[in-house]
Amino acid sequence: MTADFLLGLADDALVTAQRLGWWVSRAPELEEDVALANIGLDQLGQARGLYAVVTDLEGLGRTEDDLAYLRDAPDFRNVLLVERPQTDFAVCVVRMLLLAAWQSEVYAVLAAREGPARGVAAKAVKEVAYHLDHAAQWVLRLGDGTELSHERTQAALDAEWPYLPELLEPAPAAPVDPASLRDAVLGRVRPVLHEATLVVPELPADPPTGGRAGRHTEHLAALLAEMQQVARAHPGATW
Amino acid sequence: MEPATERSATVEPRDPMPDGYRRTLVRQIAQHAHSEIIGMQPEGEWIARAPSLRRKAILMAKVQDEAGHGLYLYAAAETLGTPREELLDALHTGRQKYSSIFNYPTLTWADVGAIGWLVDGAAIVNQVPLCRCSYGPYARAMVRICKEESFHQRQGFEILHTLSHGTPAQRAMAQDAVDRFWWPSLMMFGPPDADSPNTAQSMAWGIKRFTNDELRQRFVDIAVPQAAALGLTLPDPELRWNEERGHWDFGTPDFAELAEVVAGRGPCNAERLAHRVRAHEDGAWVREAAAAYAAKRAARTSTQEPAA
Repeated sequence: MTADFLLGLADDALVTAQRLGWWVSRAPELEEDVALANIGLDQLGQARGLYAVVTDLEGLGRTEDDLAYLRDAPDFRNVLLVERPQTDFAVCVVRMLLLAAWQSEVYAVLAAREGPARGVAAKAVKEVAYHLDHAAQWVLRLGDGTELSHERTQAALDAEWPYLPELLEPAPAAPVDPASLRDAVLGRVRPVLHEATLVVPELPADPPTGGRAGRHTEHLAALLAEMQQVARAHPGATW
Repeated sequence: MEPATERSATVEPRDPMPDGYRRTLVRQIAQHAHSEIIGMQPEGEWIARAPSLRRKAILMAKVQDEAGHGLYLYAAAETLGTPREELLDALHTGRQKYSSIFNYPTLTWADVGAIGWLVDGAAIVNQVPLCRCSYGPYARAMVRICKEESFHQRQGFEILHTLSHGTPAQRAMAQDAVDRFWWPSLMMFGPPDADSPNTAQSMAWGIKRFTNDELRQRFVDIAVPQAAALGLTLPDPELRWNEERGHWDFGTPDFAELAEVVAGRGPCNAERLAHRVRAHEDGAWVREAAAAYAAKRAARTSTQEPAA
């Protein structure tokens, strides 16, 4: 159960890094190219750290690259939130706010107790605190900026919000039961959205889910096809 | 202004300087900054497809460095009184150029290696003397940039070394990339000295320390033994060691091709510029929102201040 849980965390981070990589050379200003690359690198580093723990726990001799490059979409355990396209800056920062709020709580718990992911989590706590702050600052600027930016950010929030419950689904046997983080995560996110003058949607009664069980949107296979193409075209090669 | 050779201290932003010196520096620094940010594109496209997580992390960090270099350089240009917005506009409307090398496509993963080894290698040869350039802010930006570029050059070399010692397909990929990037890298030093009208003035001002041909020769002399260490060949049948000169003889780059690419007719000029302009235009609403938010906050803060 621990390995499965950590694999989910790692896949969230890898898929997020992959989506953030798209922004490099496409950000609204040069400072943001630097910031998004930086956040993508942190997420990638967290994924790699967690894959190392997972491969160690499973003891099958697999490497981080086996996990990243040789699994198909149904074997990935990331939440649906992170795999959907993200080419709108408002979506990028709203999604980052939700994810970083959740990651902050998960990593804080993992960093505070003995366990195989403690070291990775202790480093990640500091990183995601910056991601959360960065996202919050942008949500404030966009939500309380111009009429247009407010509309676009509200639309992004309306689109991303239904994917939040999947992050908080109960998993009593996991090292951290995500359901136990619900109030803390909402407590981080809601004040930012209020201050940004955004309307916080209701959490849906029947939210989209399935990522942790390998049931994904059609977007993940496309993302992986791009990510894995060079590695898979040269089986057994070293890079 | 005194000739560079008689001056020991650098020129600083508030010092008096000839208009031509200022204009030349703005043009050169801007072109360098533009090259950094356009240069993010050909390699940036491979972040998504990097074949291992380690390579992905290194490449992402490298492209991030390029954005950072763009920032320092635009800041250096701003010390001469030209805001970034104005320089970006000159780039977007084609009034200012960027390095011709970034108008060549990156077709395979090996191109990421070739760019690091050859393109960043050529950039270092061009840029190391700029660390002693007469204009202080530019010289200091270059010190930092050169340190990072030498890391980039090593990672490119290492990618190619791994490929050339890998499977036959990887080796072929590496050789193909070097074949395509060798001549365009030699063109990065600009036209031959006889056709470089600004060189003499730039050298007198201490902006430039060596001529295009001197730097090109230096690059060839460094690259040839490195190619041998990689086990890859350079696509120039005229390459041979000249004992008398103590340098490698090499063939003449196709300067007509360089002129075409500089004139905007290279393989990727239109798409590189379109990508940049699109990113800028797509981000306009974000920059406007940030400005509006900052103005609102400033207004709130000033109304909260107690009356004096």
